[in-house]
Amino acid sequence: MERHVLVIFPHPDDEAFGVAGTILSHTQNGTPVTYVCLTLGEMGRNMGRPLIANRETLPDIRKKELEEACRLLGIEDLRRFGMRDKTIEFTDSELLINRMKEVIDDVDPSLIITFYPGYAVHPDHDATAAAVIQAVQRMTPETRPTVHALAFSEGCEDILGEPDIIHDVSAHADQKMKVIEAHESQTAGVLQTMKQRFMENDETMKERMNTERFWTYPIDNKNE
Amino acid sequence: MKPIDQKLVQQTIDELAGKELYVHLETTNGAYATHKNQGFFSVGTFLRNARIKYVQGKITGPGPYRIGLELEGGWAYAEGLTDWEVDDQNQVLFAGHDPDGKLAIAFQLSEKPFRK
Ligand SMILES: [Zn+2]
Repeated sequence: MERHVLVIFPHPDDEAFGVAGTILSHTQNGTPVTYVCLTLGEMGRNMGRPLIANRETLPDIRKKELEEACRLLGIEDLRRFGMRDKTIEFTDSELLINRMKEVIDDVDPSLIITFYPGYAVHPDHDATAAAVIQAVQRMTPETRPTVHALAFSEGCEDILGEPDIIHDVSAHADQKMKVIEAHESQTAGVLQTMKQRFMENDETMKERMNTERFWTYPIDNKNE
Repeated sequence: MKPIDQKLVQQTIDELAGKELYVHLETTNGAYATHKNQGFFSVGTFLRNARIKYVQGKITGPGPYRIGLELEGGWAYAEGLTDWEVDDQNQVLFAGHDPDGKLAIAFQLSEKPFRK
């Protein structure tokens, strides 16, 4: 059992598809989970279906969705970094690494969950994860938390190998679906299809809902 | 937002001519376009809170619409616009939504800066 889990992602809804079941397994175990979310997904293309948002109202709508998702996940400590969607890779890296380091020092997690830098498709995902890894690398080896990283770029398994952490989260599948549903402005368009495929026992969708896969990030001890 | 009413938009463009404005101009095909289709050449841009002042401008097209604003020393242009709204902050928002309802372009003008 973990002491404290720290989840770090750039966008509201990053926690929904590949991690929600794992988060639920921790919170239902009584393990506190802190979620650092860097932006409000201000530049998202999905505006709801029917349209419920515009470019200027989207952040407030997504903030409410994020808070509801956290409630459903049992996350009591949500910390927003107030950055802007799409800009993470252009921000001052040192400042970002320092902010990550401060949160890690404050939360003192035994486990961090983030993306796998370089294998997470969206530039914000890669840049967020890279800053997390650098912050962890700067810690003394004995104090470093484990990092479970999420990769999903095309062909990532050819390079990284099979993920070493495989969680069966089928017990949390219904609640996970509610978390995905909470991000209504982003997921309304795909939700019906997802639910239907899940109910019809579509193998790919069942696998996606019931299994969450991570790679333990090899923190480089040589860089000290 | 509501579908563009060309006449009302033209009135709004005329009213804002000559004023010091902030502009948000953006096109996007989404950060996942290349992930979903390896052959897709992904482009996108945004510029937020740049200052702009135009001499005159027009909205044209059968819908989706085009807007072109003639600046003192240049132009601002957007195409593919389908919807618009003047929000409670008096910000004039134009957007182009694709057939799936996804935002593909945004063109916005305001006398006050947009939130960073
Ligand atoms: Zn994301």
